[in-house]
Amino acid sequence: MWTFFHKLGSPPWLYAIAGAILRWLVPLTLAALVGGMVWGLLFTAPDFRQGNSYRIIYIHVPAAVVALAAYYVMAIAGAVSLIWRIKMADVAMKAAAPVGAALTFIALFTGALWGKPTWGTWWVWDARITSMLILLFLYLGVVALYESFDNKEAAGKACAVLTLVGMVNIPIIYKSVDWWYSLHQPASIKFTGESTIDASMLYPLMLMIAAFYALFTCCLLMNMRAELLQRESRTAWVRKLANKEGRR
Amino acid sequence: MQSAYTESRSWCRCLSAPHTGQFCALLLRRQLLLAMRRPIEIGNPVLFFTMVIVLFPLGLGPAPDKLASFAPGVLWITALLSNLLTSDAVFRGDFDDGSLEQLILAPQPLFLSSLAYIFAQWLTTGFLLSLVSPVFALMLNLPWSAVGTLIVSLLLGTAVLSLLGGIGAALTVGLKRGGMLISLLILPLYMPVLIFGGAAVQAAVIGAPAGPYLAILGAMLSLAIAFAPLAIAAGLRISIDA
Repeated sequence: MWTFFHKLGSPPWLYAIAGAILRWLVPLTLAALVGGMVWGLLFTAPDFRQGNSYRIIYIHVPAAVVALAAYYVMAIAGAVSLIWRIKMADVAMKAAAPVGAALTFIALFTGALWGKPTWGTWWVWDARITSMLILLFLYLGVVALYESFDNKEAAGKACAVLTLVGMVNIPIIYKSVDWWYSLHQPASIKFTGESTIDASMLYPLMLMIAAFYALFTCCLLMNMRAELLQRESRTAWVRKLANKEGRR
Repeated sequence: MQSAYTESRSWCRCLSAPHTGQFCALLLRRQLLLAMRRPIEIGNPVLFFTMVIVLFPLGLGPAPDKLASFAPGVLWITALLSNLLTSDAVFRGDFDDGSLEQLILAPQPLFLSSLAYIFAQWLTTGFLLSLVSPVFALMLNLPWSAVGTLIVSLLLGTAVLSLLGGIGAALTVGLKRGGMLISLLILPLYMPVLIFGGAAVQAAVIGAPAGPYLAILGAMLSLAIAFAPLAIAAGLRISIDA
């Protein structure tokens, strides 16, 4: 059990393990995405008030949920790298930032598209929407800070500190719809108590949320593999790998 | 092994470091003295505050009732920007001449000595701005009844801003072009302070109780005083190593 964790700290092993996971996770993700999309967009009943426009929920909600989860992943990886000095945690944190930024942007963009037909406006300065925008800036700040250091080891540590400081904003974003009752509705899916969404719409939504989590994991692992190759480009195992790929 | 040894030793030393209070007081005195010797450094944030406030009536039009409704936000955003511009330089000079490395090597805990830097920066920026803000509040037609709340909210809020800005300054002090980057890093962290600071003054303008907002600002300040120096110390160590 412990040797498995120790192996995760070694770049060639992490590279190989991530590759093995990706081999079956990528097809599974694609199947879940296509399945959830077809189910949600074609085989569910239209909403009685919003008609067909509500169907963007199958992109908007999963993207927003995973965008927040990505920050937790980044913060945990940052804490691990600062406390136990595991360099692979740096790699995970660096890989999570652009993916999280992209998901946050998707959530904001689909939210604007959804807001136009239902609220009659692209944008409102509502607590949830504004705090998601702040989340996007937090992600971009981490990316920018990482890029501006020449020493990538220091860059990883600096980003870890910044991520942990930014963590104070996450509970605010998470609870903003409950604390400030505004235009954005409170969460419909509840793990305790009755959900306020019909089961026929809930199941494809759940599938899409799972698919987005899988998609995030795929992007994270791919980014980590690329980052590993770049960081370790002078080591023997990367050169061996490059030679093997080159000959093929 | 080596680093673990020195680290445990530095922790022991940090707990029993001699004259920590005196050391911090001396640092504070030094920072203030440095600022006094170059009065323009103290004047700059206030001048900047004045200039930007003048821009708003020029851009929005001089109608008194319109200005009054924008005044809380304008005063707060301007104070925030002046703070942002000065936090970049908190550690810059000492990083360039190497005294920051001496500070890290000193037996006194870095998170307390960095607090002295931040306190000096706040005294020469946020504190001064809060004191002069009533003048500009009157120029912008802010009701007299809201001025007290404005001063208190600025005193509390700019202290939080200085602490957060210190984190950004510590992380970017070793970089060639830190100026633009620091705003991207710490503006998202400034936003909650701006929301509650602006809301406190807004509440005072319409006669609602501003106490809850000021209490939240105070809570933010106590959290920031407790945790920001740790992040600043970590950031300084990273920047020196890099």
